[in-house]
Amino acid sequence: MIKISIKKDNGFKDYEVELTGATLLEVLTYIKTKIDNTLAFSSGCRSSVCGSCSMRVNEREVLACSYKVQDGDRVEPLKNVELIRDLVVNMDKSYSFNAKAKAWLTTKTPVTLDHEDEKINEVQSDCILCGSCYSACPVYAVNGEFLGPFALTRVWKYVSDKREEGEETKINKIQTDGVWDCTLCNECTLVCPQNISSKADIEKLRMKSAQYGFMDPSFASFGGGFGSFDGSPSF
Amino acid sequence: MNFKSDVLIVGAGGAGLTAALNAKESGVSVSVITKEYPTRSQTCMAQGGINAALGNAGEDSVESHIQNTLKSAHGEADEEAIRFMCSEAPSAVAWLDSIGVCFSRTKDAKIAQRTLGGASAPRACYAQDYTGLKILHTIYDRCMAEDIEILNERHLLDLLKDVSGAICGARVLNIRTGEIETHLASAVIIASGGYSRIYDKNSTNSTASTGDGIAVASRAGAKLIDMEFVQFHPTALKNSSILISESARGEGGYLLNSKGKRFTDELAPRDVVSRAINEEILKGENIFLDIRHLGEEFINEGLPQERKLAKLYENVDPVHELIPIKPVAHYTMGGIEVDHKSQTNISGLFACGECANHRVHGANRLGGNSLLEIVVFGKEAGMNAALFSKQKSETKVEESSYTFIDELQEYTNAIDFYEKREYVGDLLYKNVGIVRTKEELLLAQSEIKSLYEKLPLMGVKDKEKAYNTNLVEFIEFKNLLEISAVVIERALKREVSCGAHYIV
Repeated sequence: MIKISIKKDNGFKDYEVELTGATLLEVLTYIKTKIDNTLAFSSGCRSSVCGSCSMRVNEREVLACSYKVQDGDRVEPLKNVELIRDLVVNMDKSYSFNAKAKAWLTTKTPVTLDHEDEKINEVQSDCILCGSCYSACPVYAVNGEFLGPFALTRVWKYVSDKREEGEETKINKIQTDGVWDCTLCNECTLVCPQNISSKADIEKLRMKSAQYGFMDPSFASFGGGFGSFDGSPSF
Repeated sequence: MNFKSDVLIVGAGGAGLTAALNAKESGVSVSVITKEYPTRSQTCMAQGGINAALGNAGEDSVESHIQNTLKSAHGEADEEAIRFMCSEAPSAVAWLDSIGVCFSRTKDAKIAQRTLGGASAPRACYAQDYTGLKILHTIYDRCMAEDIEILNERHLLDLLKDVSGAICGARVLNIRTGEIETHLASAVIIASGGYSRIYDKNSTNSTASTGDGIAVASRAGAKLIDMEFVQFHPTALKNSSILISESARGEGGYLLNSKGKRFTDELAPRDVVSRAINEEILKGENIFLDIRHLGEEFINEGLPQERKLAKLYENVDPVHELIPIKPVAHYTMGGIEVDHKSQTNISGLFACGECANHRVHGANRLGGNSLLEIVVFGKEAGMNAALFSKQKSETKVEESSYTFIDELQEYTNAIDFYEKREYVGDLLYKNVGIVRTKEELLLAQSEIKSLYEKLPLMGVKDKEKAYNTNLVEFIEFKNLLEISAVVIERALKREVSCGAHYIV
């Protein structure tokens, strides 16, 4: 017998289930079909590729289908996103950042890629848009217009693709509420179920931005520019 | 609330989104609805690859692709449709490549290809173990680039007809608000996926594969064909029905019974292997997949997902232990009958993807042909629906605001439908599964009929309007029962075994 506490309506509700060694998704499905028909959550593939069942357990983002339940777990919806009901959140806004960042391929001439080229953005193209990274991101928590981790990873996916011809347009798009707003705290990397590091992708986008003449606006505003690269203001 | 577009597409998997792109390119306004989000569709689960006779990894020809597909179809396919699909395959893959799909590549800078069951050459183009995921996400990104309107979390309830009887839109449940919406359109494309979840937990599919579009189209008068043909995949995890890819056997995995003995040719077609396993299970054997001899390094490199899922769901590590498996429903060949323009027998209604039947799979689908089908016929459906909508003049909607949800208010909770959903899944798995008999089919038929009549006793307990998944799942359950009845009826009519339909 295990007891778990689930965010429901305006508080937490405790459920006791006779399941051991089960995934959180199995437990939620058990509760939904056998104990409480009113519990709301999303799920789909059960095998970590659809990104539907992202939520938080003990304040950590997980996919319910790949997390083994422990006695006493506390289950909540993702953070930094509009709550619809219980564990269900509205993903429309975070999805919209992909469009805002123009995260798609712009190409006219066919380019052949080899095995090495394939490896450049293989991991980035594993993204399942589960939204765990937005939930864990402290920058997005305070700036709702920050393009955010998965959208920037998607931009890097296309910018690093040899087929991409609109690199400069893409780089221009991510200067405001984009690459320079990230604090490189790495929380997105730690919670990603696909082992993607948006932080690392953002660093690569910063280097690319520098090649196009952009610089960290927090340096620029101090008038120091590249004078003091250790990060200390130059006044 | 009312919405209006020239072409309405129901379903945002690979087929629906490809249709949307092509309809929009044809110059009409497009709206896509999905009961989930686009990237959560069943397409994301496809692992194996997409077939095209490119000959990148060994000699191949379009003609061989056609012949392999025809053979697998057991005479139940339309050769012309297969010829069209296989001939279009190279340009379909070229299109996917041009929009940025991260296909695996060979050392000499070509799209990598591998051999799947039933293919005479390495023909399946793949993107590591994530072919469907990467294709779906890239098509989705393309839709963003083309500014396609996609409305998430909308559940199709019924199709609307104009006074002439042509389809002119759909009535839809906005899952988030609980409100009923009317979406008007000159043409509607159903691209809502297959019906493997009639077998409930005995299926590899997403919980969303409940065949809603097929049930709704059928209620509107669309013809369904080949519904008795359901593909059972030999190796799913025993308790969770999670798919263990065919590549585990392709790479040299064995199938063993409780005595540790091999009992079949592991590389025979899926239906043959599934029947061999089923026979052993009926004898009381437990069946296992053994990949231990492939070694830890190989398993980590070639089958990492499989190792992770076996550990997670069965608590076994395939490097050291046997994986308990069973065959479960994986793909449904049957669906809404369409002509070579992807149009159904009802004016204004089109269909593509797993819910449609373009007669390219016949009695058994070949691995790698489903991703191909959604791209090739998604395009056709989109272009033809757009053309149709341009030629259609303004019509008047037949006045009716009736939905099943109104009726539902009167339903009681005397019977728990979740319990019945599980029961139906197990009943169909046993009686309408891998091996069928007339007696068992008749028994299942009367059970489904009686359950359908009892629906008014199985209402929804959750009375909230917003995000009521209890309500959505009940609507799906009703669709599942309607489809189950058709599958059984067609299985009874086909008295001779053919492909995936095996009757003794």
